[in-house]
Amino acid sequence: MLEIIRQPWPWYLAGILIGLTVPALLLLGNKTFGVSSSLRHICAACLPAKIPFFSYNWKKEIWNLFFVAGILIGGYIGAQFLSNPEPINIAAETKAQLSALGVKDFSGLMPLDLFGVDQIFTLKGFIFMVLGGFMVGFGTRYAGGCTSGHAIMGLSNLQIPSLIATICFMVGGFISTWIFLPIIFKLIA
Amino acid sequence: MQEIEEFVIQHPLECEAPNEQLKNESLFANLKYLILGILFGVVFVKSEIISWFRIQEMFRLSAFHMYGVIGTAVLVGAISVFLIKKFNVKTTEGEKVVFHPKTFNKGQIIGGLIFGFGWSITGACPGPLFAQIGSGFLALIVTLLSAIAGTWVYGKFRDSLPH
Repeated sequence: MLEIIRQPWPWYLAGILIGLTVPALLLLGNKTFGVSSSLRHICAACLPAKIPFFSYNWKKEIWNLFFVAGILIGGYIGAQFLSNPEPINIAAETKAQLSALGVKDFSGLMPLDLFGVDQIFTLKGFIFMVLGGFMVGFGTRYAGGCTSGHAIMGLSNLQIPSLIATICFMVGGFISTWIFLPIIFKLIA
Repeated sequence: MQEIEEFVIQHPLECEAPNEQLKNESLFANLKYLILGILFGVVFVKSEIISWFRIQEMFRLSAFHMYGVIGTAVLVGAISVFLIKKFNVKTTEGEKVVFHPKTFNKGQIIGGLIFGFGWSITGACPGPLFAQIGSGFLALIVTLLSAIAGTWVYGKFRDSLPH
């Protein structure tokens, strides 16, 4: 049994389980699925600085912080006890393209030559973690949600603004992958 | 009127994932969201959607995996929402499920594009970001702190940004 769990899970299983989070949250406690708001609650809790956008009773929304803390613990459990002993199977085309760009580590879920602890204070780390992370936080809040709030919850509820946001997430990702990444890799080479 | 107003919950402005439950929940009651999050995090790791490589495959159109995951999740979510609405399914506290119609603003386009840029570079949406850290990629704490900073900067300059 554990052998089967240790294998990478197929997309349909993951999709069904992630999709079921929508009714689970709605029915467990009338909560709308969305993760990026947790970042906002952290701002509201730690540094509201009298900014109206962060001046609200974050304790009322604390469920969201419990939820992301759970995701973190789940990440630990998944990696420590249920991880696949085999190296990650990356599509040949993507692997070839990334190698050509200069990525070297293809052994784990993340390339450590970009996301290792030793990269934190390098230009690579600045672009891939600091700058990238800033865009994730700024962009999701500006858009009013992320992949969970817009793409999954919003589309499930047939919201046109969420469809627009999801299309823009994808368009941004394509632009970044095909135009920005080659420039970035030249910059850090 | 007075009576109705008492039941209005003061939400943070424009929150995509608000708490609509009228009944207060203790910290202990909130543990159910922690457990749900744990299951969610395990799914993230085991389906490898926390992998930067999977995100790259998606944007390079060399694998179906991510499209399959998100597509199935939306389908299952949409069927669930439809059934909850159609049969007026109540929450475990017997409350009516609240749905939020979203209104369009330019933020969904501009912010959406910016998030897309960041998504491809970091390989992280906010949810998987927590699972990446939990799974041992500790440098991504930097990504998380920076994402929190990005959120804060948005909040600070919100009124001067086009919406």
